[in-house]
Amino acid sequence: MNHSISLTVNGARRDFVLDDPRVTLLDLLRERLHLTGTKKGCDRGQCGACTILVDGKRINSCLALAVSHDGADILTIEGVARGDQLHPVQAAFIAHDGFQCGFCTPGQIMSAIGMMSEAQAGRDPERIRECMSGNLCRCGAYAGIVDAVLEAQGHADETNQRRSA
Amino acid sequence: MKPFDYVRPATVTEAIAAAAQPGAVYLAAGTNLLDLMKGNISRPDRLVDVTHLGGLDGIERLADGGLRIGALVRNADLAHDADFARSYPAVAEALLSGASAQLRNAATVGGNLLQRTRCAYFYDTASRCNKRDAGSGCDARHGENRSHAVLGWSEHCIATHPSDFCVPLVALDAVVEIEGRNGRREIALEALHRLPGDAPERESALEPGDLIVAVRLPPVASGFAAHARYLKVRERTSYAFAMVSAAAALRIESGKIIEARLALGGVAAKPWRARGAEDVLRGVAPTADAFQEAGWRALTDAKPSGDNAFKIELARRIVVRALALAAAGTPARLPALPASPFASTTGAIHA
Repeated sequence: MNHSISLTVNGARRDFVLDDPRVTLLDLLRERLHLTGTKKGCDRGQCGACTILVDGKRINSCLALAVSHDGADILTIEGVARGDQLHPVQAAFIAHDGFQCGFCTPGQIMSAIGMMSEAQAGRDPERIRECMSGNLCRCGAYAGIVDAVLEAQGHADETNQRRSA
Repeated sequence: MKPFDYVRPATVTEAIAAAAQPGAVYLAAGTNLLDLMKGNISRPDRLVDVTHLGGLDGIERLADGGLRIGALVRNADLAHDADFARSYPAVAEALLSGASAQLRNAATVGGNLLQRTRCAYFYDTASRCNKRDAGSGCDARHGENRSHAVLGWSEHCIATHPSDFCVPLVALDAVVEIEGRNGRREIALEALHRLPGDAPERESALEPGDLIVAVRLPPVASGFAAHARYLKVRERTSYAFAMVSAAAALRIESGKIIEARLALGGVAAKPWRARGAEDVLRGVAPTADAFQEAGWRALTDAKPSGDNAFKIELARRIVVRALALAAAGTPARLPALPASPFASTTGAIHA
């Protein structure tokens, strides 16, 4: 039986017909839309490489059935920059060497963007580490990742202050 | 992953009818179920997706002072609800000590209750497991079993229930609301999960088609808010299941414990309420000696199921420390590392 779903992916509405309900959001993004920035690491919800935002919240796309997310608004790493202007979190990862091989980086960046909107960690490095524990980095670039998130959070705080002033 | 039929019912009644068929299971977020299906541990014929049902995702204050949490409320949304965290701090701390932020954003209240054991032999389809394949045997019993049960286990199964959330909920007398083929009923959360006995494949009191629609906390549950903690020892500080955990909640008046609540996680096939320990704390001063006595009482019936005798002593110490932390008072803000023994909480009493 075919299942028709529609998603908003990086701002554009996309319609799909699924001939098999086993398709995850991760596989749909990679195999149907060729948005391969979202990585398949463990495919079991343990590494965080597949992190995307669904309706503004970061989740593991490998453990989400596409058919169940009919109508969802999805943001992937391909959708965070504005043209050539990097998202502040992307820029901070480059500035602080928040990666080595880069495989976990899209998931790390999407997770950091999600974390900042959750507003639980602030600029406390220990809370940032805890709130980012769902993203593994086998190269061990954690120190740079925490520094990058700290800087991005600082910029966000300053922007918010300017807005409210 | 085995092929399956996918159905998305429009109403609870339709969902129950669809899920009562043999081989059918409910799908909520799927954070545990899809993992099990990818590993061929769960092989359902039909998934009944309840995530689009209306009315199951609210947090509702009841007129009697209790709280009703819809089964589809996400773990993170519940833990970050300021009123909820203030009234039931040990529950919020337990939620935030579990899994990762991504999983907590997806995982639901009902799904958390019904998550399956993380016993490695249950996950390994080349191993014998009475839970996965009834009557096949238990390779954990004489295998690598240092993390397995020390309470309530049987020769047929020594697996533990992995939930953190359930531990303080059981301590606070949470009630589970269920819709089934014969209408609505409710049972104590303590009665939802079954001990293995000779039928470890039967994990809960649910019947085919039963759908958990809400979890309710009784009015008295918020009376412990000033002295309530969750403490969890795991093999890494974050994103790991409990080796042993404890939820401790006290009502203290005029220097005496009026009422104590205590439950343990990671020690049995269900969240383990320690009523004997609660009894010895009633009416006494919150002292280290009293907490030591409670620790002994909580583990009176414990016995190793393998290479895990250390968990009994560990559990005693976790009980003592959780009680000491609760007596010291709920912190105004959760520590950076929720439920961690390594958390740098000011004012912590070290047992």
